[in-house]
Amino acid sequence: MLRSVMDSILILAALLNLAMLATSRMAACIRTFAVQSLLLALLPVAVGFSHDAAPGVHVFAIAAGTMGLKVLLIPWILLRVLRSGEIHREVEPFIGFTASVLLGALIIVASFAFADGMPLPSRAPTDLLVPVAVATLFNGLLILVSRAKAITQVLGYLVVENGVFVFGLLLLDQTPALVELGILLDLFVGVFIMGIVVYHIRREFDHMDTHLLDALRES
Amino acid sequence: MTAVRAILFVPELALVLAMPPMLMSVIAKTKAWFGGRVGPPWLQPYYDLHKLIQKHAVYSKTTTWVFRAGPIVSLAALLTAATLIPVLSNESLMGFSGDVILLAYLLALGRMFTVLAAMDTGSSFEGMGASREVTFGAMSEPALFLAFVVMAVATKSLQLSEMIGPGLLLEWRIAGPAMILVAGALFVVLLTETCRVPVDDPATHLELTMIHEVMVLDHSGPEFAFITYGIALKFTLLGSILIHAAIPHSQEIGLFGSTLRIAELGVLAVLVGVVESATARLRLNRIPMFLAGATVLSAIAVVLVLMRRTG
Repeated sequence: MLRSVMDSILILAALLNLAMLATSRMAACIRTFAVQSLLLALLPVAVGFSHDAAPGVHVFAIAAGTMGLKVLLIPWILLRVLRSGEIHREVEPFIGFTASVLLGALIIVASFAFADGMPLPSRAPTDLLVPVAVATLFNGLLILVSRAKAITQVLGYLVVENGVFVFGLLLLDQTPALVELGILLDLFVGVFIMGIVVYHIRREFDHMDTHLLDALRES
Repeated sequence: MTAVRAILFVPELALVLAMPPMLMSVIAKTKAWFGGRVGPPWLQPYYDLHKLIQKHAVYSKTTTWVFRAGPIVSLAALLTAATLIPVLSNESLMGFSGDVILLAYLLALGRMFTVLAAMDTGSSFEGMGASREVTFGAMSEPALFLAFVVMAVATKSLQLSEMIGPGLLLEWRIAGPAMILVAGALFVVLLTETCRVPVDDPATHLELTMIHEVMVLDHSGPEFAFITYGIALKFTLLGSILIHAAIPHSQEIGLFGSTLRIAELGVLAVLVGVVESATARLRLNRIPMFLAGATVLSAIAVVLVLMRRTG
């Protein structure tokens, strides 16, 4: 029962990666990320209950921290940057939407093959955990490299972090809550700084296309 | 034995063949309810068919026998498909190992003749509709086939009536998420193949935005009745595949199961009506993505099911 709940959450999270690759509106993209984080925030609790009947407090602390930061605060910051930046609200991909979705699906299939041969520190609570973690990681990377705007790159980075988070569930018992919360804090500060940087890129260059940034020169 | 079975199937088959226009009526009523209207009478599709049968067909001078064969071959292909698909019970009239392939290509044959008939008229609008129909048809086919692969692996059978039979009950228990993906993909295939929103809008009156409707503009009289009935029959058949895959009934459920199936088809029609009322049709260049999405859903389901088998 618990296992099928976990499986459903993981598959839904993997599909939300594809949804993020498919949406053309940035606000919708950010909201999709928030939904994905919400789903993943439920996972530590489920994994905790699958290990023993009464999981420790740190499981709930991690879930609550993830929910507060990645579901509420970070999407709120990103949406605010989107509004205040007065930017063109369409995602501008280097790779077309259909091609990105197919590429994303290919990544998911490949990660199932890849995860089979991976040596793990402990047994995964469900067979889907590692493949979905790897798939989310690489889908995040795909978002990171295939989108032109700085803000979508922030989003890609966050999706990569979601993948790392799923992977971290393998070590749920061993990691102290302090480490996990420290990562969340780093993430928050990172996004905060990136929000400011994005805003300044817009102010300096009147847009936030990052591929124009590699033509830096003095004058 | 087979003769006895064939006779036993007569009432069921009669019901299956009589039902499709009613389902169209259910969709129309749902849409009318969303729009705050009363909608056409429940039996309107039957009146329409009756009216069309009594008229006689008008043929353009530029058309050849292909144009006349189009609707007839399409309907014949669908009627043959109806013998392979279990609709109200868990069994179909005919069936043999590998009949899923025949089924897929019967659907393709029907589509090919509709398209050829459309091209035969020489109208540029119809050529455009034909081109779109073929494009989207080709894109929804992988989704359908991959969904079949999932069910074939799950039930270890290549006969459609067994693939979507009680054997799936076990699969729902051990690989529920994969089956949900399959059901989603089949729903998209259903919407595409039967030309419903968000891929095509059956109620549109602008030739430029039509897909299916524009291809059949030149047909009239009984042949148009065949086309209208054919599309309703296609909805019933593909809808049955979806329902049987999504809600497998166990073997001993019997007559009650048939009543349940009719109710489920009705619910499916209401669902399609709700989708049509609540969503706008997609922009033409977004449709490939919608269909690629369905293919991806089935592909992931295949991976999940295979993983359960090997792992």
